[in-house]
Amino acid sequence: MSVLSFTPSGIYCPAGDFHIDPWRPVDRALITHGHSDHARPGHDRYLATDLAAPVIRHRLGDIALDTIRYGETLTIGDATVSFHPAGHVPGSAQIRVEVAGEVWVVSGDYKTEADGLSDPFEPVRCHAFITECTFGLPVFTWAPQAETAAAINAWWSDSLAQGRTPVLGAYALGKAQRLLCLLDQSIGPVLTHGAVENTNAVMRAQGIALPDTIPVTPDLNSKDHPNALVLATPSALGTPWIRRFGQTSSGFASGWMRLRGVRRRRAADRGFVMSDHAGWDGLNAAIAETGAERIFVTHGYTSQFRRWLEEQGYDAAVVETEFEGESLDTDPEDAA
Amino acid sequence: MKRFAALFTRLDQTTRTTAKVEALADYFTEAPEPDRLWTIALLSGRRPKRTVNATILREWASERAGIPLWLFEESYAITGDLAETIALVLPPQSHGSDNSLTHWIAQIRTLPTVDEPARKQLILDAWDQLDATERFLFNKLLTGGFRVGVSRKLMTRALAQATGIDEPDLAHRLMGDWTPDTTTYETLILSPDPAEDLSRPYPFYLAYQLEDPPDTLGPVTNWLAERKWDGIRGQLVLRGGTHHVWSRGEELMTDRFPELAAALDFVPDGTVMDGEILAWTGDAPLPFSALQKRIGRKTVPKKLLTEAPVILKAYDLLEWQGEDIRSRPMAERRALLETLTGNLPKDAPIRLSPRIDAADWDDLAKTRARSRDHGAEGLMLKRLDSPYLTGRKKGDWWKWKVDPLSIDAVMIYAQSGHGRRANLFTDFTFAVRDGDQLVPFTKAYSGLTDEEFRRITAWVRRNTLERYGPVRAVKPEHVFEIHFEGIQKSTRHKSGVALRFPRMARWRHDKPPGEANTLDDLKQMLEAYG
Repeated sequence: MSVLSFTPSGIYCPAGDFHIDPWRPVDRALITHGHSDHARPGHDRYLATDLAAPVIRHRLGDIALDTIRYGETLTIGDATVSFHPAGHVPGSAQIRVEVAGEVWVVSGDYKTEADGLSDPFEPVRCHAFITECTFGLPVFTWAPQAETAAAINAWWSDSLAQGRTPVLGAYALGKAQRLLCLLDQSIGPVLTHGAVENTNAVMRAQGIALPDTIPVTPDLNSKDHPNALVLATPSALGTPWIRRFGQTSSGFASGWMRLRGVRRRRAADRGFVMSDHAGWDGLNAAIAETGAERIFVTHGYTSQFRRWLEEQGYDAAVVETEFEGESLDTDPEDAA
Repeated sequence: MKRFAALFTRLDQTTRTTAKVEALADYFTEAPEPDRLWTIALLSGRRPKRTVNATILREWASERAGIPLWLFEESYAITGDLAETIALVLPPQSHGSDNSLTHWIAQIRTLPTVDEPARKQLILDAWDQLDATERFLFNKLLTGGFRVGVSRKLMTRALAQATGIDEPDLAHRLMGDWTPDTTTYETLILSPDPAEDLSRPYPFYLAYQLEDPPDTLGPVTNWLAERKWDGIRGQLVLRGGTHHVWSRGEELMTDRFPELAAALDFVPDGTVMDGEILAWTGDAPLPFSALQKRIGRKTVPKKLLTEAPVILKAYDLLEWQGEDIRSRPMAERRALLETLTGNLPKDAPIRLSPRIDAADWDDLAKTRARSRDHGAEGLMLKRLDSPYLTGRKKGDWWKWKVDPLSIDAVMIYAQSGHGRRANLFTDFTFAVRDGDQLVPFTKAYSGLTDEEFRRITAWVRRNTLERYGPVRAVKPEHVFEIHFEGIQKSTRHKSGVALRFPRMARWRHDKPPGEANTLDDLKQMLEAYG
């Protein structure tokens, strides 16, 4: 019997009778991170890292949630499980499952570049690796974070020079906080949209140090905050909410911004290439470092990436999931 | 190339017209003159010819990137743009280059003169010296598909801002047969001698579609009405004993329509006419498909000349006795044109587009409704006291088209778009019902909002029945109202018809596929309007 199998409810471990990031209600769910296509409501019991737990509770309300630290091992039935940093968002994990000496790892969502906020991705040796491949094509390569951060800060200054307020769209969980840490507040203060600020508050309460922000409340007068940059959810861009800031320049940060067609269609003034998923080089490096021979690819450019891995000598297969990986058009926060 | 890449980035990063004009004006002030001239050429559609075939470029790029060709192709399918795909998959540049746009274009133009190994070397070296944006632009120039979302009008406005020369003047200077090889920035822009170029056409004046009721235009007596012909807009330039025929896209079509040479026999030198080129016999136009056979051909076989002879249906006079009369009122230009064409023999290839008299707007509306009987698309309305303007401007000329033909059809195939629309399904094939069969009869690409395209894209992903390369067969579930301007018999299509300007007018969420129109409905339309 395989360590993990793929069922209509999601990834399942028969030896431990639990699921990983299941999309239908199950008894016991191990959750890699708090994005809504991975942490769904309705399970009887949840297990996640202590760092991911506050956001999951915030989003799913009163659930039976146990926590585990990175690297801590836990025996569930005949399986031994442990969670390891995935570098995707704070608290995000890869889940290692060992049954009778055979080790499988579920990557969840991950990126290989250290972002200064999340615990950096940690390769885990295994026999089989179940990897996402949201950006599994060679056009998706990322510049170092510092370069993109410099471009964003330069855009902030330029916008102000043109008498416009920069409004940066970013997913509320993860990307927004990552950007917040990269914004150069010597230029001005950072105003936050409610959805972003809610997540900020949860993270601050759990002891994650985030730079200062000023929440945008209904009675906020933007004139009281000269030189500010506004950090908002992508869905807030292009809504009447934006009007209070007068003339604006909109920016959007995502891996999809690597493609000119997507940048233009998004109709934001500026697109910045910054992803919380591994790019092409990151995926290939991460897979090599696991030492795994069997690779299962999930959401993203699965068929192409599988074929590439086969040609590199791996035993590769596609696993259909309901993660909203092909997310270019649906905008789930997960695909940032 | 750095400066040009910086310009491109500025243009690409904004959707605001004023910001684009400003970026271009800065460039036209700061860049070296040869680069300015090339930029003007590129932005007015004078691209260097494609010098390397795209297939071999893909091979070299995937080889350089260290990926198999199939993976390059998959990446291309997602990116939707060859030049961009190459730029993105290549490893980072090894060292920079300060060479100019003009330098790189010159390099590209040497490619056809050298053998293949040298050609490859040159291109690989270029890729290695250019950063991602420069590389993308280099590839665009290489593949001959340079477009940056800057209209010629915008470019002209920026140039006017940078030089202080009037926009219409500049627009005129930029017309015609020049290339960066035959002129300089100084000669073309700063100190031109229009008489030097006998072939130079005037910028076309373009009409807007009339959206409001016609009585908002004031008394009908202020307007000249004529039929809106469905042909090719053309300008006939007769100067110095030669003739030139220009399309609206500034393509020289003189050799394509040799019949028009006979104009030299009847029309005095120093005349420029604006009109519609039509395939014509007796008193009526032939269907557009007849003209279509002539469009693709640089030289015309005799048989085609007799099957589909063309004429110029003249409707405006821009130059008369060597004088530019565009600033004179429409009524005066029209009177001169009527006199001029009134003296022509019956077999002359020039005919006047007749004016349509009407007592009032209602009367005119009745004439418009019968347009299809005359092989026309509707009416043109031109203000009698208006000058001949440059470009598309609202107010003096209006297209008053007949309502489009309409049919409800079922979507059966979907394909993703290119460029801005890569990653969205935007190209669809539609079918009508024939018993329990669905017969495809047209494709359509436009008419939906971005939001609707996103929704249909998500739906297509979940409802694909089969894939044929880039084409997906989808569940026959969605009905769209297809609008089109004309219908013709076609032996190339299974349905037996070909539509003119088909587009999606509405997504009929209210209609199940069983209520879509039938092949018989389509045949009846062919009977009535074909």
